[in-house]
Amino acid sequence: MSSASTSAAASTADSQNGISGRLSFIVGLVLLGFLGLIPVLSVAFEDPFLLTLFTRIVIMAIAAVSLNLILGYGGMVSFGHAAYIGVGGYTVGILAFHGVHAAWIQWPLAVIISGIVAALIGLLSLRTKGIFFIMITLALSQLVYYLGNGAFAYGGDDGLNIMKRSDFGGLLNLDNRPTFYYLCWVILLATVYFVHRTVNSRFGMVLQGAKSNDRRMATIGFPVHRYQLTAFVLAGMICGLAGVLTATFTGFISPAMMHWSRSGDLIVMVVLGGMGSLFGPVFGTVAFLLLEEVLSSWTEYWKIVFGPILVLVVLFARGGIDGAMVRGQAGALLAGLAAFFLLYGVHSAYEDEWLIPTLILVAACALAWVAKWAIDRKGARHD
Amino acid sequence: MLLIFEQFLNGLQIGLLLFLLAAGLTLVFGIMDMVNLAHGSLYMMGAYFAAVFTEWTGSFFLGAALALPAGALLGIAVEMIALRTLYTRDHLDQVLATFGLILFFNELARLMFGAGGMTIQTPDWLQGQILILPGLPYPSYRFLIILVGLLCAAFLYVLVQRTRLGMLIRAGASNREMVGALGINIKQLFTLVFGLGSALAALAGLMAGPVTTVQIGMGDNILILALVVIVIGGIGSLPGAFIAALAIGIIDTMGRAFLPNILGSFLSPSEASTLATALSSMLIYILMAAVLVLRPAGLFPAPGR
Repeated sequence: MSSASTSAAASTADSQNGISGRLSFIVGLVLLGFLGLIPVLSVAFEDPFLLTLFTRIVIMAIAAVSLNLILGYGGMVSFGHAAYIGVGGYTVGILAFHGVHAAWIQWPLAVIISGIVAALIGLLSLRTKGIFFIMITLALSQLVYYLGNGAFAYGGDDGLNIMKRSDFGGLLNLDNRPTFYYLCWVILLATVYFVHRTVNSRFGMVLQGAKSNDRRMATIGFPVHRYQLTAFVLAGMICGLAGVLTATFTGFISPAMMHWSRSGDLIVMVVLGGMGSLFGPVFGTVAFLLLEEVLSSWTEYWKIVFGPILVLVVLFARGGIDGAMVRGQAGALLAGLAAFFLLYGVHSAYEDEWLIPTLILVAACALAWVAKWAIDRKGARHD
Repeated sequence: MLLIFEQFLNGLQIGLLLFLLAAGLTLVFGIMDMVNLAHGSLYMMGAYFAAVFTEWTGSFFLGAALALPAGALLGIAVEMIALRTLYTRDHLDQVLATFGLILFFNELARLMFGAGGMTIQTPDWLQGQILILPGLPYPSYRFLIILVGLLCAAFLYVLVQRTRLGMLIRAGASNREMVGALGINIKQLFTLVFGLGSALAALAGLMAGPVTTVQIGMGDNILILALVVIVIGGIGSLPGAFIAALAIGIIDTMGRAFLPNILGSFLSPSEASTLATALSSMLIYILMAAVLVLRPAGLFPAPGR
């Protein structure tokens, strides 16, 4: 856990911390700015798919940033975070189904209901710790998932189409795709800023203190449980808003939005980018979804490459992308990029039926070699 | 009354299948403190191995006899290549890395065996019914699952409680450094236990294969159930896993069998059956939440943890 917390400290105290901490901060700002240019680029390259892809990325980034608040800064491994995407989405969908289209009713209600669900889940799961916490958040989110499956009035497991988008009374036209994109982008900026202010406030300090030692914080006199629950509810509400955006964007709700593997994806995004860092979840979401997009355009079996990449990241790239920048591990990032272009080269050089076995071989060899290296290194340290 | 008894047997059968999966999970979890989400993938691969080997040899039992060691070897390979370095990491890392393995194995199965799924052909004499009580015929294959499950439970009990290997396993669970200091090769012990767990997962998969079809992702949802089983039973406790698995199997089956009728008395039949399916799936998670609220370490936590 130590490397994660050092990277957290490094990037939250961004400006005073050496050049490497500043690098992550600058890259983060540049990335957010670049995200703001996507509609323009989409028009310039005459590629409407670019806008679709990045709308999804920005929305998932909001969810990942909210998960980072409790996972990265609070040390609470919630394995059911996608449930709030579902709750937010279903609130909008169900209201629209009954003819309520006013966003002023839909959106706040969705956020409030997400908060209530998060409070219920948090109240139950915060009684436990460690692996039990992971499991109970997973189980309770499965409960919500099956609730969606059983909601036969709203399509059951087939899902439900939302015929009419939320109505901002002429203020915003959500049918206009760039407008909707900018709305999502602004919400992402606001979320990043909100989490930044929260974790650097007295509240956030207690939260981070409880992450490293909750008993110590309790002894000092802080009602740790109440702080953690508050953070849990806040994260749930923000993620509920991401759910609202997802439902509005796709015009469709279904239980698949909150399947447990979606929660796993969210954790992967946060860890890949760097837990407990300001821009880490944004880095992670962009990397995850772009990788998914590129790999799946090469081969339908893209997860056979993505799975081992994930294992490697967990084994060797602690602190994720942000951590590599903060520690000044330009080499690690370059190696990642080089590996990516190697794959790209393999892809261009061979026909598709050759690609898959080659990639498996490369992935398996890399895994085996790296594992052996790690074991040797560990053995050497013990001797 | 007979209907209730039959559904009880069905519940027992599902519970024992769950136990086979949960037993392997709890061995790995309880002894190495390793959360292995890829356990469901080993279950799926076991089922695929059985399907392929049965097709090759033309005999279900030869296929099963080959699939078991194949499952164990696959598990050992996974342990040696990817998981060995994770024992000392925190649970989040283990969850993530094994989540990556799930993605890998699902795609590998799609690549190797096709997206369509496979069926396992059982011999004719297993496709009929046998009379277990006067007036109560029961599908013989399901009865076989019950027998195998009970035999396995007995085998595990003897192995863990009565043999030297079992003694080492129990000792490794409470203090691995001490066992290592006594001159036991703890690395080999862990690999062995992991192989045993994988063989159990493969056994569960190949037993389930003929009942459900063998398909991609078949391990994912039942894995969550198996996790619920060991969390309710108490991590690292085989008897706890046994009791929790049976309880969950029976509650789940009874819910699916009788909730539609109960709900049907005030809803339309189609609505009642959908709602009953959802409700009975939720029942298990409600049970888990209730158990954890009352006993945060599970019903029968293993001593010394």
